[in-house]
Amino acid sequence: MPTVNIAGKDIEVDEEGYLTNLADWNEEVAAYLAKEEKVEMTDSHWEVVNFLREYYNEYQIAPAIRVLTKAIAKKLGPDKGNNKYLYELFPYGPAKQACKIAGLPKPTGCI
Amino acid sequence: MSDVTGGIDMDDETEGVVKKFMFLNRKAPYGTIYALEALEVVLISAAFDQDVSLAFVDDGVYQIVKGQHTKGIDQKNFSPTYRALEGYDIEKLYVEKESLEARGLTEEDLLVDVQVVDSAAMANLMAEQDVVISF
Repeated sequence: MPTVNIAGKDIEVDEEGYLTNLADWNEEVAAYLAKEEKVEMTDSHWEVVNFLREYYNEYQIAPAIRVLTKAIAKKLGPDKGNNKYLYELFPYGPAKQACKIAGLPKPTGCI
Repeated sequence: MSDVTGGIDMDDETEGVVKKFMFLNRKAPYGTIYALEALEVVLISAAFDQDVSLAFVDDGVYQIVKGQHTKGIDQKNFSPTYRALEGYDIEKLYVEKESLEARGLTEEDLLVDVQVVDSAAMANLMAEQDVVISF
């Protein structure tokens, strides 16, 4: 497995750059992964990333984009639970990019 | 992600066809890969907008039993994922009554809402499907 060095610590990632161990995640790691994805993290980005981490804790999977959108609409309102908002934050795919920054595996059903 | 057909052009005739798929789970959650693989296929199938149902029969009922602890066998406890199915619009979960009873279980022991049906009703459900995939 490849590793990346973040703040002096070697962290294992898969061939697409997703963390191998969820437990390696912290905000520093997230900031590094965001930089790799060329995403400038704002409070709105963190809100989605934290939402994903909560979702993963509860269900042990990374949600498909359709499911993520619906779940965010339910919790944070329709202004945020829509494709336009989420793609503006994560242009290369909210499920894919936000999951990576959140330290989750690639979403199941993300073909 | 949206490219669900893998770049293959689909015929007009096959586009938009909704079939009834049943995923039949017969095996205990751990010890073999069947239960986890079935769950992954079910989650992927949700992307194709099909009419999906799940059936739990024989030791398959153990897949959705509450209070699974897997530390001792060094496996991931994936049972919380069954509770995510609702968010994927997969809401038809059937459990065979005889299989529950034979294992001393009731609906109360299960971690998701299900319909408990007897084996004759389960056979009818299977007969109604276009596709039954057994794990």
